[in-house]
Amino acid sequence: MNGRKGLIGMGAVLSMGGLALACSAAADASVLVGVAGPMTGEYASGGDQFRKGAEQAVKDINASGGVLGQQLDLIVGDDVCDPKQAVSVANSFVNQKVAFVDGHWCSSSTLPASDVYNDAQIPQVTVSTNPKITERGIKGIFRITGRDDQQGQVAADYIAANFKGKKIAVIDDKTAYGGGLADEIAKDLAAKQTPVVLRESITAGEKDYSGLISKLKANGVQILAYGGYYQEVALILRQAAQAGLNLTVLGGDTLTNNELVTAAGPEIDKVLFTFPPDPRKSAAAAKVVATFRAQKIEPEGYMLYSYAAMQVFAEAAKKANSTDYAAIVKQLHNGSFNTVVGQVDFDAKGDLKSPGYVVYRWKGNNYDYVK
Amino acid sequence: MSQALQQLINGLTLGAIYGLIAIGYTMVYGIIGMINFAHGDIYMVSAFIAVTCFTLLASGGISSVVASIAITLIVSIVLTSVFGWTVERVGYRPLRGSNRLAPLISSIGISIFLQNMVQLTQGARVKSIPPLVTGGVNLFAGEGLHGGPYVSYVQLLIVIVTIVLMSGFTLFINKTPFGRQQRACEQDQRMMQFLGYNVDRIIALTFMIGAALAAVAGVMVTIYYGVIDFSIGFQAGIKAFTAAVLGGIGSIPGAMLGGLIIGLIEAFWAAYLSPEYKDVATFVILIIVLMFRPSGLLGRPEVEKV
Repeated sequence: MNGRKGLIGMGAVLSMGGLALACSAAADASVLVGVAGPMTGEYASGGDQFRKGAEQAVKDINASGGVLGQQLDLIVGDDVCDPKQAVSVANSFVNQKVAFVDGHWCSSSTLPASDVYNDAQIPQVTVSTNPKITERGIKGIFRITGRDDQQGQVAADYIAANFKGKKIAVIDDKTAYGGGLADEIAKDLAAKQTPVVLRESITAGEKDYSGLISKLKANGVQILAYGGYYQEVALILRQAAQAGLNLTVLGGDTLTNNELVTAAGPEIDKVLFTFPPDPRKSAAAAKVVATFRAQKIEPEGYMLYSYAAMQVFAEAAKKANSTDYAAIVKQLHNGSFNTVVGQVDFDAKGDLKSPGYVVYRWKGNNYDYVK
Repeated sequence: MSQALQQLINGLTLGAIYGLIAIGYTMVYGIIGMINFAHGDIYMVSAFIAVTCFTLLASGGISSVVASIAITLIVSIVLTSVFGWTVERVGYRPLRGSNRLAPLISSIGISIFLQNMVQLTQGARVKSIPPLVTGGVNLFAGEGLHGGPYVSYVQLLIVIVTIVLMSGFTLFINKTPFGRQQRACEQDQRMMQFLGYNVDRIIALTFMIGAALAAVAGVMVTIYYGVIDFSIGFQAGIKAFTAAVLGGIGSIPGAMLGGLIIGLIEAFWAAYLSPEYKDVATFVILIIVLMFRPSGLLGRPEVEKV
């Protein structure tokens, strides 16, 4: 390897403050990066998409020469979408001195973990959508998707325009993500003078939602705007069908998960959700999508976003000519990056400058833009 | 009114399932004075057996719903009983006569083991089956747009199976020689040993019967909700355990009554107040009952075990 580049890499790591690590990093000359999400537990399939995206990105970046002449080394952290576990994953990343974190996935994990990364000065790119994440003045956190307030607005617009005169309920699962999204939808619906007949919360992880269903039925609800994850949506839809209630659910980005198809069974066609425009459709992603499909992996949901997060880091490091926190963060705030999800620019808070959400509808095994 | 009736039906269904699991807790407590914390996970294992069985039967071309439910019930009961027996053999028998806390800890260990075993072998993702029994009957048909109370055939199935099973089980405990031995064992194990009965066998069978009832609950839940994962045992276990305590732990009719009450509280609370706090309601009622009847609704006052 090139001696000068090696020296730069060593300088960068040294400036991160770990002398012991610097020796080992110089020895195998690699940059440690982390990907964190729910690799096991209820939301494991979301974490799985996330991990696969990061792995492929690291593979591709390394194949084209790595970052600043060094290979990337990926470590995987499993937070089970549990805030406590997220903090311990974050601590372990900090101890191993990762240069960058791709994650976390759940808003409720990203919130506590980002404090740890902030203290340790580690840059982070997340897909969590809770608005609070970038509202706390943390410099090193960036969001490569939109926010729940934007997502909620798109959902509310769609409901107001397409479900006029139908009875609408807004339900959430009390998580940072679900509650945040449902609050936004309810707020935006109120602003559009669209009446909501029922605003409730449920407990995620339960199996019996018959109480909620009969409440919906008694109120004659036809449209359910839901903030939460896909398991509960599947159960609610199945139980509604069993109770003879015809319900259409409009939810957020987590409903892209194709496990919803198996779990909801024939009810899947009643699910609409908001998600950023499908990156699989764009030309920028064609090559990567083909790589994934050649391995029999469908790059759905967050996979390409996780891939893009790694790309953003690699490009920023290249532009900064360093993996140092301050240099990278400066690049991330000012630069513009070409990724598989299109061009990415971050604003001062770390949010995307031009996020977009589209309403999708499930049809059998696939989802597509709603007409 | 129509909503109240609807919730009564929903609550009965839920209560039936809790009751079936609660019997396992109460029987084991009755005979060895110990809570079997692995019981909720035994129920979870039975649900996985049911999903596997339903899937195999469907791919094997058996389209009759009745046949596939019957086969699954039998397979699940048999296999789950084996799990129940293993729990007793591995977690309890070697520790009988040791410190009272030892088997308690070992049952927690088995619970963790079972959960992780299923998570590793079956994956952490949810498993589901397509709706097996669909449709239902609308009581008082033609009651306007939203319809009157609606009983789905699955709910009918669950309630009927539970009633049949519980009456059969009550007869079994009260009228058969094994039932008599089981009750005698609850009263005095050492005396039973002196009289030449194999106490180990009776205790093992008690665990197996508890597991078999949990297996029925597991199959019913699989048909009812259609979606399961490796962590369902915990919550169901806690609810059923609460049901057993509410009814009076050690008392079999108490477990059934406790299950029913908890199912109904949850259903009505979720419908008329907030679904958010239904667990709070359940446990507040448990505390109130225990304040006035420390041994539960139908429980006998604590007898000192030998």
